[in-house]
Amino acid sequence: MNWTNLFRISLKAIANNKTRAFLTMLGIIIGVAAVITMIAIGQGAKQSIQKEISSMGSNIIMIHPGGDRRGGVRLSADEMQTLKTEDYEALRNECIYLTALSPNVSASGQLVSGNNNYPASVNGVGTEYLDIRQLNIEDGEMFTEHDVRTSAKVCVIGKTIVDNLFPDGRDPIGETIRINQVPLRVIGILESKGYNSMGMDQDEIVLAPYTTVMKRLLAVTYLQGIFASAISEDMTSYATDEIEDILRRQHRLKEDEADDFMIRSQQELSEMMDTTTNILTTLLACIAGISLLVGGIGIMNIMYVSVTERTKEIGLRMSVGARGVDILMQFLIEAILISITGGIIGIIIGGTICACINWLANWPVAIQTWSVVLSFAVCTVTGVFFGWYPAKKAAALDPIDALRYE
Amino acid sequence: MKKVIELQNIRRDFIVGDETVHALRGVSFDIHEGEFVTIMGASGSGKSTMLNILGCLDTPTSGEYLLDGIPVKSMSKSQRAVLRNRKIGFVFQNYNLLPKSTAIENVELPLMYNDEVGSSERRSRAVEALKAVGLGDRLNHKSNQMSGGQMQRVAIARALVNNPAVILADEATGNLDTRTSFEILVLLQRLHAEGRTIIFVTHNPDIASYSSRNIRLRDGHIIEDKVNTDILSAEKTLAALPASEDD
Repeated sequence: MNWTNLFRISLKAIANNKTRAFLTMLGIIIGVAAVITMIAIGQGAKQSIQKEISSMGSNIIMIHPGGDRRGGVRLSADEMQTLKTEDYEALRNECIYLTALSPNVSASGQLVSGNNNYPASVNGVGTEYLDIRQLNIEDGEMFTEHDVRTSAKVCVIGKTIVDNLFPDGRDPIGETIRINQVPLRVIGILESKGYNSMGMDQDEIVLAPYTTVMKRLLAVTYLQGIFASAISEDMTSYATDEIEDILRRQHRLKEDEADDFMIRSQQELSEMMDTTTNILTTLLACIAGISLLVGGIGIMNIMYVSVTERTKEIGLRMSVGARGVDILMQFLIEAILISITGGIIGIIIGGTICACINWLANWPVAIQTWSVVLSFAVCTVTGVFFGWYPAKKAAALDPIDALRYE
Repeated sequence: MKKVIELQNIRRDFIVGDETVHALRGVSFDIHEGEFVTIMGASGSGKSTMLNILGCLDTPTSGEYLLDGIPVKSMSKSQRAVLRNRKIGFVFQNYNLLPKSTAIENVELPLMYNDEVGSSERRSRAVEALKAVGLGDRLNHKSNQMSGGQMQRVAIARALVNNPAVILADEATGNLDTRTSFEILVLLQRLHAEGRTIIFVTHNPDIASYSSRNIRLRDGHIIEDKVNTDILSAEKTLAALPASEDD
């Protein structure tokens, strides 16, 4: 069998029936492009959510008091006093899976500076809080360990606070703001982080040494929480186990006693978000799958009809000496050429649509290699199979019947 | 003279429903190289079946058929396809050209299925065949840009291109007007004069007088097989026809 000639024959046949070839390709093009685009949108959303979570600090671990029960009444975490500064120090001395650790207490009230005031809460934290939350100082400086030890009356504030307390554009550094009659000197301004995905203003923040908040603002001896940061996201579960062991020992809990604290990691949040975006991706994939199916049926129809309407041509080819296998190969090569060309055009169009969506609507898109490979494979296999099946029937035709076919 | 076709007691039965139809009931004859044979008969006489068997499109139920010395009966479908490709040139009543293809592409078709012919030889042979049928100036005309007579000439060129042992024409003038029919007959007579073997299957008795031998079939039997000693010249008949307006 002469492959060059068969190729020539097939190419000629496609060129002679451009409309039909195009219609067949259209099914494949739409199928492939739809799958690629839909999956890219789904994955883009997923990745942007993941990025947002990790910008919040993906390896954050939060420890809160909890699980405490007094006479059958569950207490709110704020009222529980099970976390102490000693727990914080124990964790600080013993944990090996943590890179940063900070206590957390918060006091809310009205911030006052001159004529301006603003309702906010002051977060009492340690110096490593900035690393945990991935915050940066834009102007001035962060308070030091010395400030923590001496319960210094200093604070670091976010952009929203600056805008509300110093609307005249004065440099807030060195100014004093008061909360609940306690004066705090502003020593630093945080870099703006904007709103998070929950719509919370991350710039509405006042940080002060936790000792200052505990002693001067709240007059308490317990912590409302401890924030920590694991070495890496993968190490989060080791770190939580370690923290649990240390805290249980610190609190002298017996084997059968429940934890009187709660450990939460950002990983849980990110898993929850993943579930949501996976549902979205699945939904989109289903839509894309349906368009792939419809495309496949289109391919099937056109291939089938094209063989039927070309029965006479098949008869003629057979009468001048084409063997069954020559006919089969001709139709198979046609199907393969059409399917592959359609698949490639589909990939190009899918990529273009993704780029357009990204550019025009500013949606995050992430083209997935597997979606490209999968859709291409499904379409070409459908195309080739449904080209092969009627071609096989054509090849088995009796030349006399084929020639007489009207 | 060499025997191109040898039919030995050919029978062909078809089973239609519960009945067996005997299309050919023991037909034997030989055709020698260079003969121009017309096979005639009314509908149902078995001439289509005869044509299919001669063209290796069908095989006899019993009896043996030797084409150019090669026994056909025991051949497989694809062996017969190759045999058709090398030994037979078909000319059909309705031309059967490839749609949307040029004259030269149509003529090249049989050679596309012949591995022994390279692409440059294929083209030169196709051009030659088209020149032989008087279409040297219409190589790149598409089938829909040609008249019936021209299309039939392309079909004849296609039948010639593989240099076959025999040209099988099936009612080749059936779709043409009288004038064009005679033009085609002139061409066939010229090919005959050049030494080609031609078998012309038709129900039109007029054609018989232009061939060298007539075989008549009726109900699957040969009822007449005679050599025509007084061959009419199609060229003269054509000249005698009243001139048509468009030529």
